[in-house]
Amino acid sequence: MTMSRIIAVARAVASKDLRIEWRSRVMTNQVLPFAAIVMVLFAFALDNDGILQRVAPGLVWMATLFTSLVVVQRSFAVEAADSAIDALRLAGVPAQGVYLGKVAALVVQLVVFEAVLAVLALILYRVNVDVHGAVLLVTTCILASLGIAALAAVYGGLSVVGRGRETLLPLLLLPAVAPVLIGATRATESAFGSDGARVVEGWPWVGLLAVFGAIFLFGGTLGFGPLTDE
Amino acid sequence: MKETSVVDLHDAVVLLGSFPALAEATLTIERGELVVVHGANGAGKTTLLRLCAGLLPLARGSARVMGHDVSIDRAAVRASVGFLGHANGLYLDLSAGENLAFWGDVVGASRQEVDAAATRMGLTDRLLATPVSRLSAGQKRRTALAVMAVRRATLWLLDEPHAGLDATGRDEIDALLRDAVAAGATVIVASHELERSAALATRRIEVVGGRISEAGGRP
Repeated sequence: MTMSRIIAVARAVASKDLRIEWRSRVMTNQVLPFAAIVMVLFAFALDNDGILQRVAPGLVWMATLFTSLVVVQRSFAVEAADSAIDALRLAGVPAQGVYLGKVAALVVQLVVFEAVLAVLALILYRVNVDVHGAVLLVTTCILASLGIAALAAVYGGLSVVGRGRETLLPLLLLPAVAPVLIGATRATESAFGSDGARVVEGWPWVGLLAVFGAIFLFGGTLGFGPLTDE
Repeated sequence: MKETSVVDLHDAVVLLGSFPALAEATLTIERGELVVVHGANGAGKTTLLRLCAGLLPLARGSARVMGHDVSIDRAAVRASVGFLGHANGLYLDLSAGENLAFWGDVVGASRQEVDAAATRMGLTDRLLATPVSRLSAGQKRRTALAVMAVRRATLWLLDEPHAGLDATGRDEIDALLRDAVAAGATVIVASHELERSAALATRRIEVVGGRISEAGGRP
């Protein structure tokens, strides 16, 4: 299996996934409003500026996690609708390429959502971010998205071939993604300056996110094929 | 085994749980045959196709497809086999043309190969631009068969390809399968429609209780 073949498959899968999402508008018309509603409800539930500013990073990432479940379910629902993922498996298409393509498309979608959620946090929770904080925040979003997507693509594939598809994914994904949630929340606290946290304190957490992302991506690349095969 | 044998089963046993869905099945299929497999529901037709596609483990006996042992070299078997079950394996939100282009990218087929497959399956420009979700059952089947052609599958395994199609759609599928054989493919069709398959097949076999027998003989 050559690397160029894997990359070609990954590129085809990622561009196909993004084209489907762009055309169906499910993300913009349903998932984004869902994420916004979650953020607004958090603001209602914690109706106190001081508390909101302190817990804003955690709220952003909790909303991201909830949203990511919808995004991942949607990503694999299009594969399951007419058994396209079975066709890919049966055709001997390199599973690594399919996996990396799914991850790439998920990362792009998650980063877009996180950008929207971060802007909502600035408006609804009245947090402030300076230039250094913004750089930290963007880096955190990209690496956390990679970690979430790398795990979610494996579990999304498993949920497609397993029974109880709708309920299996949250059960599998949420506990496993806890390290990413912790790292991303701590880094975002530094970016937002929550509780007096400084930007420089966030970078070690970014390093941790990079390590998690690399491990999850490596493990997913190796495991996706065997786990999703019959 | 003859050098040209596409499928070569000897006393093949496939267990689904503890039930022998295929029981000491012996079968040889040569290149260019269009074989129709008859049998009642649950007789073992789909199991036979799935074994040939490298999707089921062999409990006993031997099974070689395109010269590859299905127990050992499933990846090589799958690379040369196209399996079309009850689903078409298409992306409903993409057009027929985008589905073909996607498969072309995935398997490394050229634009000319993709266009040739579309032409062969009678997919006009209008159909190629139509989202799969808006195609008729027959048009979806034709698109799925075009995908098989793009994949350069040399052994086509079709499980009830006429299901859900009207008379015109069925005739179209039959014509496409004959074309595929004429172009060098070998086709195995599982069906329990005796009349239609008699006209289509170059050879008919019957599966009863997991055992295979010749139903109509070779031409």
